[in-house]
Amino acid sequence: MSQPPPDENNFIHSEEFLRGLMKRQLRLSVSCASAFLLLLFGLPLLNYFAPELMARRIGGFTLSWLVLGVLFFPYVWIIARLFITRSMALEAAEVRLAAEGNKKLS
Amino acid sequence: MDFSQINPWILALSGITVVVTIWMGFRSAKTSKSASDFFVAGRSVSVGWNASAISGEYLSAASFMGIAGMVMSMGYDALWYPVCYACGYLFLLLFIAGPLRRFGAYTIPDFAEGRFDSPLFRRIAVCFVLFIGFFYTMPQMKGAGTTLSYILPGLPYWVGVVVVGAVITLNVAMGGMKGITLVQAVQYWIKMFAISVPIFVLLAVYGGYGKNLSLNQASGEPAPAAQVMVMESIDHGRRALPEKAPKDEAWIAPFGPLTSKAAKAAGLSPQESRPLSLLYTYSLIIALVCGTAGLPHILVRFYTNPDGAAAKKTTMWVMILIGVFYVFPPVFGLLGRNFMPELYNATGSKGPDKVVLELPTLLGKNSVLGSVLSGITCAGAFAAFMSTFSGLLVSMTGAVAHDIYGRMLKPGATPKERMRMFKIAAVVVGGLATLLGTQVELLEINFMVGQAFAIAAASYFPLLFMSAWWRGMTMAGAATGMLGGGILALACVTLTSVGDVIAKTGQAAALKAGTVWAPDAITLFWKGHPLLRILSEQPAIWTVPTAILLMIIVSKATREKIPADARMKMLVLHAPESLGLKQEYIQEQQGAGH
Repeated sequence: MSQPPPDENNFIHSEEFLRGLMKRQLRLSVSCASAFLLLLFGLPLLNYFAPELMARRIGGFTLSWLVLGVLFFPYVWIIARLFITRSMALEAAEVRLAAEGNKKLS
Repeated sequence: MDFSQINPWILALSGITVVVTIWMGFRSAKTSKSASDFFVAGRSVSVGWNASAISGEYLSAASFMGIAGMVMSMGYDALWYPVCYACGYLFLLLFIAGPLRRFGAYTIPDFAEGRFDSPLFRRIAVCFVLFIGFFYTMPQMKGAGTTLSYILPGLPYWVGVVVVGAVITLNVAMGGMKGITLVQAVQYWIKMFAISVPIFVLLAVYGGYGKNLSLNQASGEPAPAAQVMVMESIDHGRRALPEKAPKDEAWIAPFGPLTSKAAKAAGLSPQESRPLSLLYTYSLIIALVCGTAGLPHILVRFYTNPDGAAAKKTTMWVMILIGVFYVFPPVFGLLGRNFMPELYNATGSKGPDKVVLELPTLLGKNSVLGSVLSGITCAGAFAAFMSTFSGLLVSMTGAVAHDIYGRMLKPGATPKERMRMFKIAAVVVGGLATLLGTQVELLEINFMVGQAFAIAAASYFPLLFMSAWWRGMTMAGAATGMLGGGILALACVTLTSVGDVIAKTGQAAALKAGTVWAPDAITLFWKGHPLLRILSEQPAIWTVPTAILLMIIVSKATREKIPADARMKMLVLHAPESLGLKQEYIQEQQGAGH
């Protein structure tokens, strides 16, 4: 199928739309990633600098084991859940924005 | 332990798993008709089925047996494995899954060519898919071989490999992606059942998770009430540990046997070795998280959903299904340490690695309950090798049939021809993987998995991540970074493993001759340079940044070669699917799977 060259006047194909799009998506992904990387990279540091605290027993578990072996998984679910709802909202907003932008131009 | 008698329960339950797998394969073969069914399961898999299937594929032999064995032999440090497997999936969701799905590339080679307009890059990427795929199938095969010889003592190792290889090759050749989706979904639930039910029974008998952990005391800790409280079913809190087992302190505390091995070999004091252990931990985390995101058989699954919203819902369920699963294997390791310490006296598949299969026999080897539970875990182990191998076989077969045949050898092939090629490729690749599997009896499961992850982390992950988010990438930059990172990682892990094999053979020879082992040059070098040893054994901490840096430098140097329509490509990668941009630029995708 032959394809018309992208219409430069079309808002969707504008530099502005793409930049905003990528920026918003990256911001969402990076903020979710930093939430889990904080714990993932922070835990070894806590183990390193506060070994007594991390060795404290809670119901038989050491604090460190409790976090890594059990609590980490629900934490990951919360982040995944947040990301999914936010990114779906973001996509809906992008579609609206694209429609409005196109209307304005035409 | 004497296993000269075959346990009928174990045999029956494992047999049922295999038979059910074959039966489901035949059943779904009838419904797999089009090429699209074969390559992406007709893009019509419902959320529940797909989430179970992805999870089933994700939980490999390493997850099912390896983690428990590692927690048993190394303690806390091994907990990073299950956590990072789960986090790796999240990382994939955050940065890679969305753009790749919107782009409409069916395989990584599709993406490589589509993003950079370079058929050459497709060829490079195909070779890499096959290479990592074969690397990752070997441990699955090894697991199958050792498990079958555990179930039927006296059976040679290769029989298990051939049985699993043949069953899965048959399934994939008959039903393709659609055929294995159902199988993998059911296998997830078999695995979940197999890992959780025995744990609940064992914990009911031997006390809770926390109580069992509290039996492992770091020095200077007061004895908790749990140890004083004697259970009726057992004599003491736990059984005495043999010489070879790591001490409680090293086992339960961070920076234990796994991460401090190199420093210990160098004779450093505990204080001196801690920074090195920290470095090892970080490198391990990076390798596992980035490596998961780079494994080819995981990505393909994102295309089996009907649309982007369903793909996201599926991912949420996958996170929950695998997260729940990963809580259990460490409990096996813990119970194994407390109540089956004799396993420490053997190594590898005869030692802690078989703790998952062996532990239920604590309830009485001849009792029905113990046998049934043992049978259940063996069935789960079978499900684990079969489902991961099916996933790998589908993605490798897809690479051969779709990328090599459909795109390079015969671009005009009809869907029917491609489907026929898919079947032929499945048999050839499956046969080859089985053959390779029979040759790796002496290698360790986790070690092989680690190598596959280290290579994937330094090659595919930087490629996918950078190509999806940075407009300035050129083909030269992408290829240099991917190959550079991958080859560096491969060189490091090969150097480490060859050195270890030489050392092991030397030690064995010295033991046989009754002489004192004189360490070889490599071992001596590692002893003198523990930091280098860590960076070679666990290279991700420097190979991943190196790969990314190479991509940036080479792309900047070849700036004039940035694809002319890079902006359009970025738009397709990031604009919502409902804007319908995909068709504007990937037009030839109407063939197989599109």
